[in-house]
Amino acid sequence: MTPKKTLAVWKFSSCDGCQLTLLDCEDELLTIAGQLEIAYFLEASRAKVQGPYDVSLVEGSITTPREAELIQEVRANSKALITIGACATAGGIQALRNFADVEEFTRIVYASPDYISTLATSTPISANVHVDYELNGCPISKQQLLEVISAYLNRRRPRVRAHSVCVECKRRGTVCVMVAHGTPCLGPVTHAGCGAICPAYNRGCYGCFGPMETPNPASLNVWTGLEDRDLVRIYRTFNANADGFRESSEAHQRQ
Amino acid sequence: MKPISANKSTRTIRTDALARVEGEGAMFVQIEGDHVRDVKLRIYEPPRFFEAMLRGRAFTEAPDITSRICGICPIAYQMSAVRAMEDACGVAIDSGPIRELRRLIYCGEWIESLGLHVYLLHAPDFLGYPGFLEMAREHPQIAEQGLALKKAGNTLMTLVGGREIHPINIRVGGFYRAPSRAELRPLIDPLERAREIALATVRWAGELPFPDVRREPELVALAEPGRYPIDLGRIVSDRGLDIAPAEFDTHMVEEHVAHSNALHARIRERGSYLTGSLARYNLSFAALSPLARDAAREAGLQETCRNPFQSIIVRAVELVQVCDEALAIIDDYEPPDEPAVEVAPRRAVGHGATEAPRGMLYHRYALDHDGTILDARIVPPTSQNQLVIEEDLRAVVQRNVKLPDEELTLRCEQAIRNHDPCISCATHFLELTVQRG
Repeated sequence: MTPKKTLAVWKFSSCDGCQLTLLDCEDELLTIAGQLEIAYFLEASRAKVQGPYDVSLVEGSITTPREAELIQEVRANSKALITIGACATAGGIQALRNFADVEEFTRIVYASPDYISTLATSTPISANVHVDYELNGCPISKQQLLEVISAYLNRRRPRVRAHSVCVECKRRGTVCVMVAHGTPCLGPVTHAGCGAICPAYNRGCYGCFGPMETPNPASLNVWTGLEDRDLVRIYRTFNANADGFRESSEAHQRQ
Repeated sequence: MKPISANKSTRTIRTDALARVEGEGAMFVQIEGDHVRDVKLRIYEPPRFFEAMLRGRAFTEAPDITSRICGICPIAYQMSAVRAMEDACGVAIDSGPIRELRRLIYCGEWIESLGLHVYLLHAPDFLGYPGFLEMAREHPQIAEQGLALKKAGNTLMTLVGGREIHPINIRVGGFYRAPSRAELRPLIDPLERAREIALATVRWAGELPFPDVRREPELVALAEPGRYPIDLGRIVSDRGLDIAPAEFDTHMVEEHVAHSNALHARIRERGSYLTGSLARYNLSFAALSPLARDAAREAGLQETCRNPFQSIIVRAVELVQVCDEALAIIDDYEPPDEPAVEVAPRRAVGHGATEAPRGMLYHRYALDHDGTILDARIVPPTSQNQLVIEEDLRAVVQRNVKLPDEELTLRCEQAIRNHDPCISCATHFLELTVQRG
């Protein structure tokens, strides 16, 4: 019998929600643990198996000098590196600092800013090291996570579609909130994966899965009827730094 | 884990990366002879500047943005944010179907998060395993109970909130969409099963071995006559504090201490205090449901519990409470006429405090006329509990100073996990270092 593949889970600047997704696979967790050796996962165990690891799941973005060093070590110790979630894949909500003055941010939060060690930007993992696969979402989808793990174990390509949330709405049978109610919705430019939850709850999509493949926000923005200030805001949330959303917020900030 | 013995008289116990807590922290203890010289709970979770990022945003955006502080307790952030915004705008949703629906989804978060802590994070300490999966191999039934509880909480959050992590249905004024009675019905079976498991959990936890410890920190929690504190209430303590959330700043102070690099909260007049399960239980025992009260008594708990190691029983009692309460809310539920009430912005300051599973979470916002956020302040439970955690750590080391390094390290880690610290929550402190003696 070949030894089990080893899995490591790493955290950088983030909220813990994407790695929690793994523990939230209540029906599958023990099966996963039977197929893979979970060799390093601090949120779940104090036992640590030395690397190198067959596959690393990386949550969080790079925001401190220490993290910038650590991600190099993780890469060197991982045969495959998969980013999980908007922070690791696009820089996350903390990338709002990329549009502001980080020293000003530090002064607002801390009485003694001298003690704070932080980088001026929050960057995705791919801006620091080579990444083998990226999962979108704030948080990631449980199904997509299971699909990527399963594809890895079975040596096949993951089936993760890059089309827009609109397709998921149609499949779910949800009436379009923008057409029917005039509710601004980022669904037409947002990557699928959540299952189009927001429109099913009478709410416009707020883009937490980041940009779809080849989005056309310039056209959508006219349809929403929103003012520049609000357009800047809706693109500047959890995927503010992602290509496709960043340009849109910058264009409307200039106007 | 890296125990180092420097020489015979001085030794250092340290864990560079604490496991089974949410977020990144480290522990450092220095002992000279039989005397504890230094205790540090270092938190190196990177700062994420939420209070700064919130400036200039619309008041309606705070629930979704602040939920990203913590993937373990997003509902707590959303609820404290909406309470604070409504307070600023002169709207109080203190009763009626919207409040009940809020309490219902909050029960879901408590079931998931308390279940996670009891079974996945805390239980391995008592049964002697490094983690949940190692424990599951030899105690599959216990593991399955924990996962079933978690799943019931997540099912509730997903149905009412759209998804379990960072739910999308909560807004200032209420919800985007309120479920019908029929839509809530499928929750009854899993919640009834969860309640049975919770009762079994109390019995099981009551039989675990506990060190005989009594700690006396000031206990602080929300309180509301007749209801267990979850989504609103006054801030009270066992030493006479009884204030509205709006008075938080008058009595609590957050400091960035010179050699601690940290913001931590203390009561202005008296010092450290503890929030969370132990505080709620001691201050609101009378508000527990009869089922939860009886379960507590049968497990050997009195109306007060001052042993932080027994917090695992108290969390199990709270699990019974929220399963019971969720079922009662579903039973009585009538959908609101509108899923949300109108909340018109105005230039004002608003305060909101709710009970995250691991303790009280306070938000304060200053708004401009059009609802733009001018200033934001967030005090998470873990920054309030930090000083007490360190005091516990010091006491544990002093009491067990003869133990070998390996065992002492484990005992210290357990003392930290007793309080379910959520270091990701503590976004606005970087590192805590307290030098003593």
